[in-house]
Amino acid sequence: MRTAVHLTHLDELEAEAIHIMREVAAELERPVLLFSGGKDSIVLLRLAEKAFRPGRFPFPLMHVDTGHNFPEVIEFRDRRVAELGERLVVASVQESIDRGRVVEQTGPRASRNQLQTTTLLDAMAEHAFDAAIGGARRDEERSRAKERIFSFRDDFGQWDPRAQRPELWSLYNGKIRKGEQVRVFPISNWTELDVWQYVARERLELPSIYYAHEREVFERDGMLYAASDVVERYEHEVPFREWVRFRTVGDMSCTGAVRSRATSLHEVVAEIASTRVTERGETRADDRASEAAMEDRKRVGYF
Amino acid sequence: MSDAAELAELLGGEAASSDLLRLVTCGSVDDGKSTLIGRLLYDTKQVLVDQMEHVAQTSERRGDGYVNLALLTDGLRAEREQGITIDVAYRSFVTAKRRFQLADAPGHVQYTRNMVTGASTADVAVVLLDARKGVIEQTRRHALIASLLAVPHLVFAVNKMDLAGFDEARFREIEGELDTLTAQLGVGDAFAIPIAALHGDNVVEPSPRMPWWTGSTLLAHLEAIETAGDRNLADRRFPVQWVIRPMSDEHHDYRGYAGQVAGGIWHAGDDVLVLPSGLRTRVLAVESADGPIDAAVPGMSVTIRLEDEIDVPRGDMLVDPDDRPATARELEATVCWMSERPLQPGARLAVKHTTRTVRAIVEGIDGVVDMDTLEQHEAAEMALNDIGTVRLRLSGPLMVDPYAVNRATGSFILIDEATNDTVAAGMVRSVRA
Repeated sequence: MRTAVHLTHLDELEAEAIHIMREVAAELERPVLLFSGGKDSIVLLRLAEKAFRPGRFPFPLMHVDTGHNFPEVIEFRDRRVAELGERLVVASVQESIDRGRVVEQTGPRASRNQLQTTTLLDAMAEHAFDAAIGGARRDEERSRAKERIFSFRDDFGQWDPRAQRPELWSLYNGKIRKGEQVRVFPISNWTELDVWQYVARERLELPSIYYAHEREVFERDGMLYAASDVVERYEHEVPFREWVRFRTVGDMSCTGAVRSRATSLHEVVAEIASTRVTERGETRADDRASEAAMEDRKRVGYF
Repeated sequence: MSDAAELAELLGGEAASSDLLRLVTCGSVDDGKSTLIGRLLYDTKQVLVDQMEHVAQTSERRGDGYVNLALLTDGLRAEREQGITIDVAYRSFVTAKRRFQLADAPGHVQYTRNMVTGASTADVAVVLLDARKGVIEQTRRHALIASLLAVPHLVFAVNKMDLAGFDEARFREIEGELDTLTAQLGVGDAFAIPIAALHGDNVVEPSPRMPWWTGSTLLAHLEAIETAGDRNLADRRFPVQWVIRPMSDEHHDYRGYAGQVAGGIWHAGDDVLVLPSGLRTRVLAVESADGPIDAAVPGMSVTIRLEDEIDVPRGDMLVDPDDRPATARELEATVCWMSERPLQPGARLAVKHTTRTVRAIVEGIDGVVDMDTLEQHEAAEMALNDIGTVRLRLSGPLMVDPYAVNRATGSFILIDEATNDTVAAGMVRSVRA
């Protein structure tokens, strides 16, 4: 038996997140938990186990798959879901393209990242999901720092930062009308380092690309991209082999790698603790588009 | 960080076992709050290179003439355009001693509700003042809100000491006024610190320009605040949030009541009264997902199993039979009204309290606080950002404690069922069964 009369900050953050997940399950009709195979959503799965075991999760998992994800991550996703014995819904951006719901960009800078919004909203409508639980954190980006834990979206999936519901104590208001949704962020108050400390404390397995490995990469705008057949290269962008790891896991067209030799969890945490660049600043091309790139995307329904 | 000892500490030692301090910062519009937060983040080395480059570039483009640390926190487009803060922002920073979670509440008078929001979860309120202006209406308002929300610790950061010549006499004068104010409000732990956030004096580093100040810096003070005594460890309260009933082959008879401890320390063997039904039983086990634990304290999310098979739905509360909360049909409460539409007697609203939601009718408004005098006066209705006392009649019982005794079982929100908006924050004063 464990005695835990003194709560550490990880204990407190964990207890808060579990409480939030149970509130979503109790107050919303048809929630879904977004699982990408990235570290934040892996933490969400662990928290869901803590909230609902030995029972089953009162919601399915959903992955918005751009079709351009890292194969290592897809393999991990399917294995993890099977281990948990829970249901996974895959919402496919490729299908949205095939059905003419979205138009694929072309050329070396093409990305499917923005197309995800339509696929997500379509899938939520198709399954009548009214709440999507996600792994976003307030430390990721300036506009996220302003977002509520229960983030209300209108029936177009839009976020209006000026019309957010006040959030008081741990009393979350999950009341919505038909067609409206909430996006729920149980780990809002966590930082990147908290997530890594939690991964270490709970001994959570991560997709292999989080650890240093040698792979073909090319350089663009000071970022290292994985060389693959889903990202078109300019002529001068010649691939080379490099030891790298990934700090975030997203679409291959917008996720950069960092040079690293950190092959163990301890080595990765040590690197994160001493880094001088933010996670998104270092490795996410999509946030560099403009000063308010994330805010603008969220206003139209992006996660 | 290559040092093996430091790494061990990071993963399992001091950094991972440090506790969490929740702060709310507030102050009037131009008191330099964003600058103070920027300074705290910058001087504790939480600002990373790309964020700093971004701030430097934006400062230059705007022609600020200096690296404007306020830009670190003003995240929304409109805020950056207008140079003001329009909504609560949440940030975190960590020192060797503590992990801080900060709710940054805007200072405009019309955003009182935002300060109430930030203060609802805070262990400490940091109220900024301008040393040249001293205690003004906003200072009184913010101290009042902190005291009404029962924020256990209050820190006054007397800012812009550089513009007051770093003058000790001026600081002592303000300190005296603050003592009077906190005595009037009955605030237990209050402390004033002279700072100059723009230059960093006494924020993280002691100021050589105020050698007369022998007290802590702001950060050192925040690191040292003792919060262990702030939780209610005496009165056992457990609102049932979710019932775990797997009914699988392996766990066929398992029935667990999941929730977050709202008061007291819970052990296996404890006597239990289930409210509102009044059934009695005992705790069979207190569990986390990893198995049984020997005690659960306020703030922990756990599962409690009971000895007898009784039906306990979400919204019920497990309590100590010898120390029960009131089962209320009528409440007198302090309310902060957060909607543009005024609150009038007769209004029908939903009350969300712990995990239970009932309907309420506003029987009467007993008074609204005048923010200038801090006295309550009669009022026919409550407007946006008003704080007042109301009487509510409830459609079903709520198990409540006075807010001053327990922030979790003494607090509620009011929801407008027509719009689904959260329209008020409420704190129980007294109860009629």
